[in-house]
Amino acid sequence: MEFGPHLMLASLEGAVIASVLVLTSMGLSIVFGVMRVVNVAHGEFYMLGAVLAWYVTSLLGGHPAVGFVAALVAAPLLVGAIAASADRVILKHLKYDPDRTIVATIGLLYIIQQTTLMTFGPDARPVAPPFNHRLALPWFEFGDSGFAMYWPWGLSTTSYKLFVIAAAAVVLIALWLLITRTKIGLIMRATQQDSETAQAFGIPVGRVYSMVFGLGAALAALGAVLVVPIQQAHYLMGADPLLLSFIVVIIGGLGSLPGTVVAALLIGMSDGIISVFFSPTLAKIIATFLVAMVLVWRPQGLFGRSVP
Amino acid sequence: MTLNAKSATLHLSVLAALVALFFVLPPYHSGNLARIMVLAIYAMGYNILFGYTGLLSLGHAMFFAAGMYGFGLSVNLGGLPLPLAFLTGMACAAALAAVTGFLALRTSGVAFMIVTLMFAQTAYLVVLYFGTYTRGDEGFVIQSADRMIMGVDLTSEGARYVAALLLFSACFLTLARIIRSRFGRTLVAIRENEERARMLGYDTGAHKLKAMILSGLIAGVAGAAYAMLFGYVGATFATVQYSIFPLLWVLLGGAGTTIGPLLGVFFMFYLIDFSSSLTTAYMLVAGVVLVLLTMFAPQGLMGEMRKRVFAWLP
Amino acid sequence: MNILETKGLTKVYGGITANADIDFALPRGKITALIGPNGAGKSTFVGMVSGRTPATRGQVLFEGRDISTLPAHERIQLGIAYTFQITSIFPRLTVYENVAIAARRLFGKDPALLQTKITRALEKVDIAVHAEQIAGDLSYGHQRLLEIAMGLVQEPRVFILDEPTQGLAEAEVTGFIELIKSLAGDATILLIEHNMTVVMGAADWITVLDQGMVLANGTPEDIGSNAAVQAAYLGKTDA
Repeated sequence: MEFGPHLMLASLEGAVIASVLVLTSMGLSIVFGVMRVVNVAHGEFYMLGAVLAWYVTSLLGGHPAVGFVAALVAAPLLVGAIAASADRVILKHLKYDPDRTIVATIGLLYIIQQTTLMTFGPDARPVAPPFNHRLALPWFEFGDSGFAMYWPWGLSTTSYKLFVIAAAAVVLIALWLLITRTKIGLIMRATQQDSETAQAFGIPVGRVYSMVFGLGAALAALGAVLVVPIQQAHYLMGADPLLLSFIVVIIGGLGSLPGTVVAALLIGMSDGIISVFFSPTLAKIIATFLVAMVLVWRPQGLFGRSVP
Repeated sequence: MTLNAKSATLHLSVLAALVALFFVLPPYHSGNLARIMVLAIYAMGYNILFGYTGLLSLGHAMFFAAGMYGFGLSVNLGGLPLPLAFLTGMACAAALAAVTGFLALRTSGVAFMIVTLMFAQTAYLVVLYFGTYTRGDEGFVIQSADRMIMGVDLTSEGARYVAALLLFSACFLTLARIIRSRFGRTLVAIRENEERARMLGYDTGAHKLKAMILSGLIAGVAGAAYAMLFGYVGATFATVQYSIFPLLWVLLGGAGTTIGPLLGVFFMFYLIDFSSSLTTAYMLVAGVVLVLLTMFAPQGLMGEMRKRVFAWLP
Repeated sequence: MNILETKGLTKVYGGITANADIDFALPRGKITALIGPNGAGKSTFVGMVSGRTPATRGQVLFEGRDISTLPAHERIQLGIAYTFQITSIFPRLTVYENVAIAARRLFGKDPALLQTKITRALEKVDIAVHAEQIAGDLSYGHQRLLEIAMGLVQEPRVFILDEPTQGLAEAEVTGFIELIKSLAGDATILLIEHNMTVVMGAADWITVLDQGMVLANGTPEDIGSNAAVQAAYLGKTDA
């Protein structure tokens, strides 16, 4: 394949990665923004979403679409409920002390991951996509004979991948409406601004925190359900999304939601593109190091405003 | 007894117990104990930074690995004699800690944790990237023939135990001394109230950097010792898991206590040893212990002892 | 001669000027009180002098030497001690260890001397009986006294006290006035104070700040009869 079509293919792959990454990172970012909690177990909620999707689809059987739709609803709800109860039992007990919650969520990470290993097992398991049409893509060229359109061999995507991109966009818009247009969003924003004052105005801060923690985890799970027909479910699959979401949230400015979206798109796209052209390890080395440097020299993130 | 005499007695009896255990225990357990002592060196290094200075690093595996690879590669590729290779390992860890400290100490709190995590992740990926030399995940073995020091074969059970005990004692006693020194007390002051320490005329930045280098250096000693005594060097030791372990050990044993790290490693080692005979998901135990500790005993075993019974515990 | 001076010291916080071109002199060996209504910029000013708060512009001179670029800990090492407005101690350590941390930088090489100095400082503020208690368990007044002991033990040349008597009982305040009077001479004292009994009873010299600017300078008698100062305290800011 020539460079142009190859780049287009890489961008499409990048867009799929970015779509899922937007959802997981938004989950992490909302939790950090509202609760000031760094949730290290976030990747495991993602993994849990994928594993539950496998359980739901294999339980229902029948046409893949039936199981998939059921998983799309059930997995995020279940994961959200698990996360909310973890918040109730563990984080609330720690009074959301930043250092201790980090250590506790590290513990939570191992608990979820290892419990999955004991029950789901060490194998990677596939989930069938609800639909999966191969779509060949055209490429344009100005040749000797003028403008020409042709269908390069290998330049194609699937209808399911396009669906992932669209679904992520829909969820993102819904989330934006939830935060800006609803009472729940208003309560969340009030708690984020000043939890003590919010409490004084009768907002049940404890319940808001549990809900936010659950919502954050549910977003990760939703991303995982979308990705699981492309990538199989495995008990160790949480590590990469965790690292990438961390990177996104840091680059986007801790707790800034618009920054998170921009950064997720940027990093998802470049991750997709870079890993097609370069050694993935080298790409990861450079990315990880650069992000650490951003935190050292510009802790408010690349898109955040500096606070005097 | 004075405070100093009490803690000296405590430290010496710990060492005496370790000597005695070698003669009492069956080989399987004395082998374990040698490993525990080496890992306890790692935990003690971590304790300097976390327990005494109050800085929570999530990237200490890079210092352990720096000691390990600095030693292993200079034996296998450089052909250096053991003592020189050991020093190389220590130097690598200290240098890496100096650079990391210089950069990461510009941040604090949560940002410090994430920066150290990211640096350690970078270090891990670098080990994988140079797989030609490091042999990546698979790792490499240091041949038994190369593990001789002054005619003593470190692969034998007895020599290994003695070497581990000597290294452990050296670090244990040195650190116990440093903790009681002006430098050590200043670290505690920084942990308790950094702004006040600064406004009492202490250069807190320089102290934190020194603590970081010391902490990294000791972790490097542990890494080099592990490679030397057990003959294996691998990328597993550079993973996040090996950054979490010292945190877990120190939290369990008691952060900011001299014998906490040893106790923490001891209990965790046998807990994991026991649970891995039952299930492959042995890290579940680590997770449960971490959560329970942070929830109910943030001071760890020795910290709770100090709070309830022996206020003088060093 | 003045031990410490500032020239044009200014602090701007996000467009708001907290201190504007403050020229100030601290006469050697005397007790100088810095007074002014709430929000006059007193704490900001001593923060800039001690190096805790970076100045926007201006100079701080100590013994005629420009120390504006020195970090806080180096200024303290020159012999400037500073107590915080909001009590700042090491709450989980013993009272003795609190003072020891303050003293160790200077006398740490000689354990016997260190011990004498610590005990003497504790006795001076009358909390020696609490030496082995955990500092955080002390009453608020005793914590204030502990903080003063932590300053004293450094044998500072300039001792900056930010509202030291806040929260002290009447008897303790009387003791405090005597204490700082006994320190003056060897040490120079800069006192931020709201309690006018302390100011009038202890200070040799008073500087009044209002709205980030020096409003008046003088002896307690001068200041007591100064119309502008009275106006400022009554809230007429255009005086």
